[in-house]
Amino acid sequence: MEHHEFNIEGGDFSRAGYASSQVKKILKQMGVDVGIIKRTVVAAYEGEVNVVAHAYSGAMYVDINRDEVQIELRDEGPGIEDIEQAMQEGYSTASSAVREMGFGAGMGLSNMKKNADELHIESEPGKGTKVVIRMLLNTTTGD
Amino acid sequence: MRVSEIVQILDARIICGEHRTDYTIDVAFASDLMSDVLTLKNDHVLLITGLANMQTIRTAEMSDINCIVFARNKKAGKEMIALAEENDIILIECRYSMFKTCGLLYQAGVQPIY
Amino acid sequence: MTVADIVKALDLKVLSGAGGLNREVSGGYVSDLLSDVMGKADAGQVWVTLQTHKNVMAIASLKDLAAVILVSGYQPAENTAQQSEEENIPILGTDMSAFEVTGELYTLIRK
Repeated sequence: MEHHEFNIEGGDFSRAGYASSQVKKILKQMGVDVGIIKRTVVAAYEGEVNVVAHAYSGAMYVDINRDEVQIELRDEGPGIEDIEQAMQEGYSTASSAVREMGFGAGMGLSNMKKNADELHIESEPGKGTKVVIRMLLNTTTGD
Repeated sequence: MRVSEIVQILDARIICGEHRTDYTIDVAFASDLMSDVLTLKNDHVLLITGLANMQTIRTAEMSDINCIVFARNKKAGKEMIALAEENDIILIECRYSMFKTCGLLYQAGVQPIY
Repeated sequence: MTVADIVKALDLKVLSGAGGLNREVSGGYVSDLLSDVMGKADAGQVWVTLQTHKNVMAIASLKDLAAVILVSGYQPAENTAQQSEEENIPILGTDMSAFEVTGELYTLIRK
């Protein structure tokens, strides 16, 4: 059982992806299948970018054991009013600045859903959002 | 297609990874939206983009993309080059528009992603 | 070459703004960054993108672009299509990726 924590700074696009990059290095070192690593870090990275794009501050909590990786993103921010609507591809509340950064086209959450074996989102508008990405290590399904 | 051929066709400049010009790409993908790039499942992808910031490199890192062409005369900064080096990503700067960059590589036989 | 010629040659779908199919095409511009298109695209160009929201048409209209090609099967948002009709600037659809449709368009225009 391994546990890692990374802080994520809201609005700091130059650092966005640092936490996901560390996750990638850890999984690579463990010898996890490259396909699973890719799905894991793409989901984690989209989640990390969401925190940077929308929240004031947040953190990524990573728990790894023999069978699974669990990545929890928790942030303090505006939260999501309607999660179902937010999951729709193309729906976005991102600022034009975020769009000019190469994100914010409303693909992030659906990308996370496509790549994660399990995805849970809880949000309290005005307070923040919690996203849990669960990846199974001993299977190649979920794609 | 080899990186050395791409550089020649585009009259471009390698700014990171100049020792790996024999790296071969299978397909090309053109986009300025990183979420779009993150949907790709192919290996040996050449990314053609006009987005030159840290997220371009991060996206390539997460997607296992090892070669990026920056079109529209976009320049990669020091931090970007350092991160690319760390992840074995070849960076190419090209002064042509995305339109011309895609057109020239397509005509030279580079395959799209279907 | 008109937008209609391109539709026919590349087998594109006319998603909206059919009234502008006779527009003359001067070239192509590929970008998903709206500020970039705002700054660099030229009148009469066909804009290849996967951006679907309303600002796309505002820019197409301001820059007097000939048409917009939405790649990879993307569909225009409702208000985007509506503005395309009003401005007579066609939105064309294709399942091809930006790289492929641009390659075809470049080849066609340079013939």
